[in-house]
Amino acid sequence: MRRGPGGETGPSSTGAGAGEALAALLEDSAEELYESAPCGYLSTLMDGTIARINATLLGWLGMERRAVVGRKRFADLLTVGGKLYHETHFAPLLSMRGQISGVALELRAADGSRLPVLVSSVVKHGGAGEPLLIRTTVFDATDRRSYEEELLRRRKEADQARAEAEQARRQAEADRARLAEALSVLQRALLPEVLPRVPGVDTASYYRTAFPGRLGGDFYDVFPLGDDRWAFFLGDVQGKGPEAATLTSQARYALRAAALCSDAPEEALTTLNAVLAERDGHDDPRYCTVVFGILEPGGDTGGTRVRIASGGHPPALVLRGSGWLDLLSTPGGMPVGMLSEAHFATAVTELAPGDTLVLYTDGLTEARTGPDRSTLYGEEALYSFAADLAPATAQGAVAALTELLESFGEGLDDDTALLALGAPAPQPEPGARTDRTGGLH
Amino acid sequence: MTGTDVLHRNNVTVTGAADGPPVVLAHGFGCDQNMWRSVVPALAQRYRVVLFDYVGSGKADPGAWDEERYSSLEGYARDVVEVCRALDLRQAVLVGHSVSSMVGVLALREAPERIGALVMVAPSPRYIDDDGYTGGFTAADIDELLSSLESNYLGWSSAMAPAIMGNPDRPELGQELTDSFCATDPDMARVFARATFLADNRDDLGEVKVPTLVLECTQDIIAPREVGAFVHSAIPSSRLVTLDAVGHCPHLSAPEATAEAILEFLERL
Repeated sequence: MRRGPGGETGPSSTGAGAGEALAALLEDSAEELYESAPCGYLSTLMDGTIARINATLLGWLGMERRAVVGRKRFADLLTVGGKLYHETHFAPLLSMRGQISGVALELRAADGSRLPVLVSSVVKHGGAGEPLLIRTTVFDATDRRSYEEELLRRRKEADQARAEAEQARRQAEADRARLAEALSVLQRALLPEVLPRVPGVDTASYYRTAFPGRLGGDFYDVFPLGDDRWAFFLGDVQGKGPEAATLTSQARYALRAAALCSDAPEEALTTLNAVLAERDGHDDPRYCTVVFGILEPGGDTGGTRVRIASGGHPPALVLRGSGWLDLLSTPGGMPVGMLSEAHFATAVTELAPGDTLVLYTDGLTEARTGPDRSTLYGEEALYSFAADLAPATAQGAVAALTELLESFGEGLDDDTALLALGAPAPQPEPGARTDRTGGLH
Repeated sequence: MTGTDVLHRNNVTVTGAADGPPVVLAHGFGCDQNMWRSVVPALAQRYRVVLFDYVGSGKADPGAWDEERYSSLEGYARDVVEVCRALDLRQAVLVGHSVSSMVGVLALREAPERIGALVMVAPSPRYIDDDGYTGGFTAADIDELLSSLESNYLGWSSAMAPAIMGNPDRPELGQELTDSFCATDPDMARVFARATFLADNRDDLGEVKVPTLVLECTQDIIAPREVGAFVHSAIPSSRLVTLDAVGHCPHLSAPEATAEAILEFLERL
């Protein structure tokens, strides 16, 4: 309904408006619709030469009809990029399918300006199926193009963000791998890679960190002192991680140095105590428990003499060749590095052929067991296990204890170290061995 | 990669006379092996016709895409050579459209025992104008093509590939074929476009000693006649034939004349 100039709506003015509209509609011939439609129309020969074009499209292009019809091809109306796209995609698709719709192209107007358009074309065929001409409609896509560009931009941003997240993930993975590598190199610096061969004594060891990728706080070593004498130690630094590792490293090298200066095991611990107690500038005072010992030939019964000193460490086990278990207790020894003046306990034993000395850290006895992992494995259970195990070689004892540790599964939540030193049992006579083997058949 | 893998990777089709001399048809930038469909029947009568899609085009295995390899025409030439080896072709005639003419030159260099002659359909060794050389385009024009590819990015995935379009007038074309034709992954298309339109193979043409047919169109925006003349003069063993055809794809717009010119060349070999 149209309003009259005076703002009144009367029957007469309404009637006149409707009449005008009707008249305009009746006069809107097909020709008029073609020329003035709100989209561009274009008909070309099969080689692209323009045969017809409507006034709307000419207006958009700013071109005269006579400069276009019969003189230009459709591709001539496009930007150079559009021409390339037309030749490599549009024309082949149209030829293959007979029609194509909604392709984004840009027209280049007479004044050099660009008009984004969406183009659809269809091939008109003759009665015998031969292609006759191409009909094309062209829609102004200025607004739509900017919307699409926005979508495209967002999509690229999303792709970019995804690529960056992936890159960050890879970087983090590489960092983790590098850190793990660094940790394992450090860890190797804290422990001997292989134990040295000690004449007349078999050695075996085992080490596991409670958390892979973290430095452990347990340590051990075996090294020569000269004149057929050997030193060994095994210890447990309070705490874990890099702080514990620095103390572990200090302890290892301090003990090695101290052992060369004195023949008494307790003096090595006293030296270590002085080194650790003087650590300045550490807000987090740490200490360790250690067993330090010296092996030397010439025991009372011809075996290997063992003298140990202990600072707060659990008793060592001696698995006798007779099947008996001895505890090498060192009561009253104080943890090393806790106080500036410390007392350490000593003990002496002898390893006869078939005897094996076993040192361990409390990761073994403090493993959580039971159905709900609430009870500790404990020293009594360990003594009972060791008593059943004896007699055993150094390798045999470590293998059996390793198996025991693995049976704890997730109950094992501390670092654990084992060191075993055994005097080999005399080899059975070759003949007797053959007999025994034969008996098994 | 075994020969069977290559045949799958490049969607290789072999048709025509099984005992005939081998003719390999290599499509150009834009679509795929279906571009040749109108000339294949004429060639297939006496020749063993081999068609394939480059990795990144048509129905080639997209899993084989390697952006670094396919950033230069040498990567596409390796596809050609690997297809020839997979079929154990010798002295094959390599018919290359547009950029594949230059890919053919590079493939000939890599495996001269495999390729006995070249047919170059609308070739151009360099699209960008240079001192004393008319390629037809400026560097800015090529950027514009890349942005044309971009602006149809949305169209590729949604409108263009699936939304088409029965072919009541061309019942011989399967629906699947028309749907996938030209529907290239836009990221791969961009890499191929750069490799194509930024290449300069003018100096490579002098190496070509095998019989060569240069086919040009009378009015081709992408490979104007100056360029056809340049290619012909740079390859002494070449013949130049100008087809009465408009556009860059005479095998689509004038398939009979194109097939006839190729057959005449083949029969003289």
